[in-house]
Amino acid sequence: MSSMPAPKPAQPPAHLEDGHDTSNKAQVSTAHRPGTNGVDTSTLAVGPAVARHPGDTKSADVVKCLRDDGSLDPRTDPNLSSEEVVALYEAMLRTRILDDRLVTLQRQGRIGFHIGSLGEEAAILGSAFAMRPQDWMFPCYREFGGALWRGMPLQRYVDNMFGNSNDPAKGRQMPDHYCYRKAKVTSISSPIGTQITQGVGFAWGAKIKHDDLVTMIYFGEGATSSNEFHNGMNFAGVFKTPAVFFCRNNGWAISVPTERQTASRTFAEKAVAYGMPGVRVDGNDLFAVIKVTREAVERAARGEGPTLIEAMTYRLSGHSTSDDPKAYRPDGTLDPWRAQDPLARLRKHLHKHHGWTEARDKDLEARVDAELREAVKIAEATPAPSLDSMFEEVFADLPWHLSEQKAELVNGPRAKGHGH
Amino acid sequence: MPQMNMVQAINDALRLEMRRDPRVVLMGEDIGKVGGVFRVTQGLFDEFGDDRVIDTPLSEGGIIGTAIGMALYGLVPVPEIQFGDFIFPAYDQIVSELAKYRYRSGGEYSAKLVIRTPVGGGIRGGHYHSQSPEAQFIHVAGLKVVCPATPADAKGLLLASIRDPDPVLFFEPKRVYRAAKGDVPEGDFVVPLGKANVVKPGKDVTIVAWGAMLYEALDAAQKAAEKGIDCEVIDLRTLWPIDIDTIIESVKKTGRVVVVHEAPKSCGLGSEIVALINEKAFLHLEAPPKRVTGFDTPFPYTLENEYLPLSHRIVPAVVETAGY
Repeated sequence: MSSMPAPKPAQPPAHLEDGHDTSNKAQVSTAHRPGTNGVDTSTLAVGPAVARHPGDTKSADVVKCLRDDGSLDPRTDPNLSSEEVVALYEAMLRTRILDDRLVTLQRQGRIGFHIGSLGEEAAILGSAFAMRPQDWMFPCYREFGGALWRGMPLQRYVDNMFGNSNDPAKGRQMPDHYCYRKAKVTSISSPIGTQITQGVGFAWGAKIKHDDLVTMIYFGEGATSSNEFHNGMNFAGVFKTPAVFFCRNNGWAISVPTERQTASRTFAEKAVAYGMPGVRVDGNDLFAVIKVTREAVERAARGEGPTLIEAMTYRLSGHSTSDDPKAYRPDGTLDPWRAQDPLARLRKHLHKHHGWTEARDKDLEARVDAELREAVKIAEATPAPSLDSMFEEVFADLPWHLSEQKAELVNGPRAKGHGH
Repeated sequence: MPQMNMVQAINDALRLEMRRDPRVVLMGEDIGKVGGVFRVTQGLFDEFGDDRVIDTPLSEGGIIGTAIGMALYGLVPVPEIQFGDFIFPAYDQIVSELAKYRYRSGGEYSAKLVIRTPVGGGIRGGHYHSQSPEAQFIHVAGLKVVCPATPADAKGLLLASIRDPDPVLFFEPKRVYRAAKGDVPEGDFVVPLGKANVVKPGKDVTIVAWGAMLYEALDAAQKAAEKGIDCEVIDLRTLWPIDIDTIIESVKKTGRVVVVHEAPKSCGLGSEIVALINEKAFLHLEAPPKRVTGFDTPFPYTLENEYLPLSHRIVPAVVETAGY
């Protein structure tokens, strides 16, 4: 069995074949390959300078399951129950609807910002589904769908979008910088990659205490350029920490394409240098994502160490509501990706095998709209955080200088538009 | 009471706390079998093993990033950065993550670390083994900064720092690691954070110092006494949050103040101390507050003793302030 086979040169997405590549040899097994440290030295040769593109999902090394006709490849089928498949589809659709409505709220000036996951729902929900209840999520910032799946209430998320006094972050952070301990979702920060080493350290702490848990660390392919990626991968490899590195290769870091992030042929092959397996998966294929992520979680839980997963997906929206992607990519270039839409592909499977109907889509949309409308109503009626809250929790106790500055603020003039 | 130097006192504190609290984990470069380049962790690897005294890969950012994760999990990591000069690869993790974790998560999470690191000049270490970066951390909301000057304070402040709920940068003045000797209480012994120590009472001029420069301040006070000037010497001990009450009380008595630190002058902690004195004790001042500090240059190798604010530079400042 070849480990980490050299990917074929990237094909332009427009040339994606219609039909399943039957030459795929269930490459999920890269997580279990034999040999010294699992490293096959044949991969160490530098490949030709190929244009990388996440459209290269037809390469033989990319794990796939959901075929274009809506059927599943039995070799990589994670064997979900019908209820599970339907629940995941609903969660993905809910995530997409919320994305759409939050953008609208931002355009209406009711929230300040949104950073979404349009097109990446299978990667996010599939990986979140593969986690066990005791596992911890170290999100980047596009994974609100995963946080909701793990139990963050929609109301808390919407409160975070409004930065009100019920926001888990107490209005101290931008929208989409939520946290939720009960769902084992850690706190989000904007600097790229900082959660990677933290997720490794958390897993390392669990290992030291002989506790059975795995951390799922999310980041985009842009973050593989950060020092944190190197530090996290290196420490995780050396100390065999139970961490899963889940890289959403969505093609873009704001306006910078994948080929400006690395000269490697793939992101997954970076794992080899850190002594851990790396695997590429079709990130728009819910079943394949679950298959590889579940195997990586199980592997980590068995004490066999970390895995790097490169989920090949595509960011169909701009980077955030502050971004205009038309400035760097013509809209037409997205068409091949729209054809690979993870929701459309899953819907085909649902129609065929689970009796899904379009009416149920409409029902779900109406339900999500209703719950969001209610959550927004409550969030908008919730007061802004108190002035005092600006000074709380900087330290565990209020030191003298913050006490003085708090008095200065509270006794001073209010800013224009205070509380809105 | 046993006599110890500062290295022994810190080692004593770490051993005591690791025996008392199984959550305490040490990590860093060369801290394991060899016991650290200054031997501060000597013998701890043998007693506590590789899971609690961890030699890490050579990456300060990796050390602090993973330590934050361990802290989120509920351990109390006490990472060592081999020299304060090498802390900057971890700066983002310290200022953007460690310092902000409780605040930005609305109190859902907090990351408790004590980062130990040797600072200051005096070992002929040149720019990259001599700096005093305290001001760069004091300016960051959410961090406490401590710098002991004596072995007893080193032990008591380190134990207080490990038990404090907030992240602490614990700066160890390497110039006096072995030169400072003194009685150190046996067993559990805590020196509370946020309390300065009036090391020598006096009525004419207040000298504020910390770390290795305390000894220069005391030497200068002795030389000033020969000229009939009675100095009060304050050892700050906790640099931030600063014990402003002790400083103001002293300045109200003397009306004259000299602040001494090794770090560069501009925007150093001395600048903040002088500003606070101006705000809180302006009408008690008899002379402009003075700063005797390192210069706004990189820390030099050959001219180290010209750069440092040693006693020969403090004495004239005290005399000038006293005679203003």
